[in-house]
Amino acid sequence: MAKNVAEMLPGETAIIAGFADEQIGLKLLELGLLPGTAIRFNFTAPFGDPVCVSVSDVDLSLRIDEASTISVIN
Amino acid sequence: MENGRIRIALTGKPNAGKSSLFNHLTGLNQKIGNFPGVTVDKRMGYCQLDNNTHAEIIDLPGIYSLYPRTLDEKIVTEIFSDQKSELYPDKVVLIADATNLKNCMLLLTQLIDLRIPTVVALNMMDLAAKSGLSIDVKRLSSLLDVPVVMINARKGHGIYELKRLLAEPLSASKKSVFQIEDEIKPVIAIIRNHFTLATDYEAYHFLQQTDNLIFLTQEQRAFVKAVAKEHQFFPHKYQGAETVMRYGFIQELLNKAIVKPSHRDWKKVSHGIDRVLTHKVGGYLIFFGVLFLIFQAIFAWAQIPMDFIDSSFARLSNNLSRELPEGPFFELISQGIVPGIGGIVIFIPQIAILFACIAILEESGYMARVVFLMDKAMRKFGLNGKSVVPLMSGWACAIPAIMATRTIDNWKERLITIFVTPFMSCSARLPVFTILVALIIPDVKLFGFFNYQGLVLMGLYLLGFLAAIFSAWAMKFILKTTERSFLMMELPTYRMPRWPNVGYTIIEKTKTFVFEAGRVILAISIILWVLKSYGPLDEMNDANRVVKAESSSLQLSEAEIDNRVAAYKLEHSYAGKLGKGIEPLIRPLGFDWKIGIALVSSFAAREVFVGTIAAIYSISSAEDQPTIKQRLRSEINPETGGPRYTPAVGMSLLIFYTFAMQCMSTLAIVKRETKGWKWPLIQLAYMTGLAYLSAFIVYQVMS
Repeated sequence: MAKNVAEMLPGETAIIAGFADEQIGLKLLELGLLPGTAIRFNFTAPFGDPVCVSVSDVDLSLRIDEASTISVIN
Repeated sequence: MENGRIRIALTGKPNAGKSSLFNHLTGLNQKIGNFPGVTVDKRMGYCQLDNNTHAEIIDLPGIYSLYPRTLDEKIVTEIFSDQKSELYPDKVVLIADATNLKNCMLLLTQLIDLRIPTVVALNMMDLAAKSGLSIDVKRLSSLLDVPVVMINARKGHGIYELKRLLAEPLSASKKSVFQIEDEIKPVIAIIRNHFTLATDYEAYHFLQQTDNLIFLTQEQRAFVKAVAKEHQFFPHKYQGAETVMRYGFIQELLNKAIVKPSHRDWKKVSHGIDRVLTHKVGGYLIFFGVLFLIFQAIFAWAQIPMDFIDSSFARLSNNLSRELPEGPFFELISQGIVPGIGGIVIFIPQIAILFACIAILEESGYMARVVFLMDKAMRKFGLNGKSVVPLMSGWACAIPAIMATRTIDNWKERLITIFVTPFMSCSARLPVFTILVALIIPDVKLFGFFNYQGLVLMGLYLLGFLAAIFSAWAMKFILKTTERSFLMMELPTYRMPRWPNVGYTIIEKTKTFVFEAGRVILAISIILWVLKSYGPLDEMNDANRVVKAESSSLQLSEAEIDNRVAAYKLEHSYAGKLGKGIEPLIRPLGFDWKIGIALVSSFAAREVFVGTIAAIYSISSAEDQPTIKQRLRSEINPETGGPRYTPAVGMSLLIFYTFAMQCMSTLAIVKRETKGWKWPLIQLAYMTGLAYLSAFIVYQVMS
């Protein structure tokens, strides 16, 4: 089922499928978020935004707006 | 490369250990300058590589790739894509985090394509070993055609090998990672020929980010854009494909060079700490606990060295006035310059302690979590999670704080942060607060526990903070922008802070304060001394005669007459005239011309208030200088016959000092950071207007 990172639950793992926003996508690519890589949703900040994800052993913080542009498959 | 002097640039992604390596290579032999034309700090140092080779080391801001996001990062792109620049390095050291090789390699592959002679310093080998990671370094080096040195930048291991390697001739890698597509080869050739560039990839960057390359002139930029348009080259069209292609190469490389990957759970401890520190309730409690500790450190611990500095300079000034011969020049030294320098040095303990705390939080990795925790709340007020560091630094000094806003990539959020940071009560306000609070608030305890004076002081800090965030909130609606705001940031693994790095940060920030703010404070103290010592000649010369005539019937002692002469002189000096000139303006706030002089001089820097008040009264007081507080308490308001410093006047002054923009050095920095007079002038008008209005209301209500 296709969904985006913002819809994932803490502890859930998925594969990055693509980016809905070109500008954000380019930046995420540089950080190593490549389509086909596994992404793990770690936890959210106290008010649910931003969120912390792991991609190839790197912990990243993303705003919900940013996370929702990453579509994933699991 | 001339006379065995070479230029080496350090680069790498944030948190890879760049500053540790820089500090190891250069020691205290470093200085902060500015990159020409832009306001980004240039950290430079010198290092003797071997007997014959001396190197100039430039520490560049952390960056993931040559496509910059922030002002800080732009400079890296600039330097690497302008081979004709005088800053173009002979060699580059790329610091790579061994535990996270993948996204350190992106920049490396770009440097390889630019044909820049590069050495990879593989850092954090200790953590890599702990995580079970095993890298075939020889293989990595031969696959990249780049020398690789293993180092531990925290402990200084491998530095010797790195230096030796850098002293030897180094050629650029012959690999080509990025294959430029056939369809754009013609346009690349045009640009490359026109600018006589060394590589295709450089030409490609000219086309990709024409506007980011500040070294291009208007005509050159227009030329590049025209060529791009003619050949239908659209910037960003190829960027995604380039990144994917590079990561493809990197993945293949790592598949060959990594013998054994790290365990899945080597970050277990770090993740465990995160569960506590970013907890819904606990996370905030811990953050506020940390803030409280920092405050405790600024107020309690800094007091001891500050008292010492204060008394030392007072003694020095007194001794000098006694020992030096008479004359305006020596008076200038003992009463103008020495107290002026004292007024700068006194802030060093607080600034050093606050920046030590901030450096420890940054080094340990906690600051990134604070940004993470605060981002949503800060965004409601038009700020960014990254605004937390500047705002906190504002408690010490707005100048380094405003410089710290450069990590905020969104211009609007950065501007708002710059605009409101001076509301945070800096250490220069504290002496003013302390003396006035002690004067008007009784030293008693509420419920036998809370000290009233302490509570009022805390209230003033809170007031400053509230003014900052509500002004930010208002600006959020006023400023319009189409630029998007991003957070995307790495949360580094928790580590013990490296203490030498904390030490270097303290030195760097203190230097910034001393040289940026200090020289203005010193200059103003000298000007003030002149204004207070001189006036229209006929009036000043008349002082003796007028006072004697006035007081002939009073049978005063010699000393009392001298005091009256001195007071008369001050009243008729240029400073006195200035104070009297603004008296009608500040009377509604409850201030007289003496406070007026102090206010005027505070526009140089706030703490000058205390010195000026001391000067005003000490000139007219007896020789055994009573403390300023006692002197102020006994000051009589001639109109009412009661004390001059009533609670209403004191509160009005406190409120005025909380809000007013009274720091010339801050305005100068804001001008530099916003590239124009527009924002510093708006800031001056807004903050001082708010201060005037609030002080007016407070005084009118209370009296």
